[in-house]
Amino acid sequence: MGDTFMLTNALLLALRELRRNVMRSFLTMLGIIIGVASVIILVTLGGGATKQVTEQISSLGSNLMMIAPGKRMGPGQGGGSAPFKLADVEAIAREITSLRAVAPVSSSQITAIFGNANWSSSVTGTTEKYFDVINRRVKEGRIFSQSEVRSGVTVCVIGETVRNKLFGGLNPIGSRIRLKNVSCEVIGLLEEKGQSTMGQDQDDIILMPLRTFQRRIAGNEDVTLIQVSVKDGVSTDKAKVEIGRLMRVRRHLSAEEDDNFSVMDLKEISTMLSGTTRVLTGLLGAVAAVSLLVGGIGIMNIMLVSVTERTREIGTRLAIGALEREVLLQFLVESIVLASFGGLIGILLALSISVLLAGALKVPFVFNAPIVIVGFLFSAAIGIIFGYFPARKAARLDPIEALRHE
Amino acid sequence: MDADGLNRANGRPLIELDGVTKVYGTGTATMEALRGVDLCIYPGEFVAVMGSSGSGKSTCMNILGCLDTPTAGTYRFCGVEVGKLTRNQRALLRRHYLGFVFQGFNLLNRTSALENVELPLIYRGETLRTRHRRARQALEAVGLTGWEHHTPGELSGGQQQRVAIARAIVTEPIVLLADEPTGNLDSARSIEIMDLLTSFNRDLGITIVMVTHESDMAAYAQRIVHFKDGLIAADHANGGHLHVN
Repeated sequence: MGDTFMLTNALLLALRELRRNVMRSFLTMLGIIIGVASVIILVTLGGGATKQVTEQISSLGSNLMMIAPGKRMGPGQGGGSAPFKLADVEAIAREITSLRAVAPVSSSQITAIFGNANWSSSVTGTTEKYFDVINRRVKEGRIFSQSEVRSGVTVCVIGETVRNKLFGGLNPIGSRIRLKNVSCEVIGLLEEKGQSTMGQDQDDIILMPLRTFQRRIAGNEDVTLIQVSVKDGVSTDKAKVEIGRLMRVRRHLSAEEDDNFSVMDLKEISTMLSGTTRVLTGLLGAVAAVSLLVGGIGIMNIMLVSVTERTREIGTRLAIGALEREVLLQFLVESIVLASFGGLIGILLALSISVLLAGALKVPFVFNAPIVIVGFLFSAAIGIIFGYFPARKAARLDPIEALRHE
Repeated sequence: MDADGLNRANGRPLIELDGVTKVYGTGTATMEALRGVDLCIYPGEFVAVMGSSGSGKSTCMNILGCLDTPTAGTYRFCGVEVGKLTRNQRALLRRHYLGFVFQGFNLLNRTSALENVELPLIYRGETLRTRHRRARQALEAVGLTGWEHHTPGELSGGQQQRVAIARAIVTEPIVLLADEPTGNLDSARSIEIMDLLTSFNRDLGITIVMVTHESDMAAYAQRIVHFKDGLIAADHANGGHLHVN
């Protein structure tokens, strides 16, 4: 009972001390405020960005997988591996029964011309299965048929952005656009999808039959990427193993050779994409941790000043019968209150800044309760760690010396 | 030590110094502040301690106040040997049985008179209600009703010392130790303070040990002890009768 009593009492004293030196307390807390705020802002915004990435990837269809030549897609892509051919796509579609749809993808950036309007867009050669794989529909016109794909006719399906740039508000169906030296009839207009993970406009695309693309635009038989979607109820891991086994056979890899292709499911793709975000968050988090440390040293410094300033007060308290641990508690509570107040202000600051920044950066604001709690507890812990030494110094003062102190 | 024990000790000395020495420093740089002091103080006495600076009177007061312990010899407070107590036990002894009045008042700055007087009660674990009631009573006893919410900065020296006295008596101590309580005050204020101390000694039976430089102030005491060079040079009842030691 006595201890709780002393604790409440120490708390009241600490608050009074804080109120007395508002300016000094605030400056002392600044280190903690900045530290806690930056940690929370970074983690919150990083979390928002990761969530955005994940959401956009899963909007592609949660059972999507990509097969790419080389060990890994993305930065540092292992070049030199043989590209896929249409036969690989057909083999996968034929042999792996757990897949719903398989589509080849070969793309290139090309300027499309209609009348005197021109627009550089991503032209993708693929098959009619691609619409199933990426789960997109046309809102006007139609998609190309299997026979059109096989015969390689010059037709295309365009996205909303391309329509806007080339046709303005006009209906593009039936018009012919020029891609390089190919005149291509627009047969369909895709439903809008908006921005993608990396800020890419997913409506800025032109889709055409693979054969047309290979012959008339790329001038080769290569397939850059194979996209597949797994049947519902089938695990992507199982499909991945099956595809891997098949591709090893098709690419004539001996047992001791590593894969010269990679099969990535959404989890891996999103991990790869958010990896960069995480590294950045980690680095900045370390900087923030250093600022917390500096904040802690600031608290220790001001507590030592406070102990010196209040030596006579401590002497008086000891003389009238305060125990060592009561004086220790008083100063410890004071530094904890100081630090956790800083933490609290930092949290509020961080949340308001995060909301503003999330709006400005068009990243969703994800309230991360654990990091807020950790931030608070961490600042309180800093109060304990950096307040202990000054508090012990106060508690161990000799009352006679302390009373004589000027 | 409980209240019964204290009552039983009534006929016996409250304070008993037996061959107390105090040496500061180590090796060749030692300084003997007390060189074998024998002193008995009985319940209800008002003792003035006099002596020039360096005579050992302050050291003796520190020992009496359980703020310091003797190097050799024994100090018994109510029969308890203080030298054998730990720092915390001595703090508890001060908390429950001693009151202190200092020359420099030692009030907490920017803290109201009432809160200053409440301070020792906080360490005794009294509730807020009890603290307020008793602090108000103590302030009334020193004639400061109406000044409860003034901070030391807003009070005169004499008033500050009266707050300090209220703080010392609010716990109803057995012994009040006053270290030059009038040292910072003019003579009119000094007389007021001495009248207060005398009345607490007379009416409440609080034993008072007071260090002073001024014989005017010492004249209020019943007994005067003179220190010189770390020893008691004279110990007599006020009025010239030598006290039988």
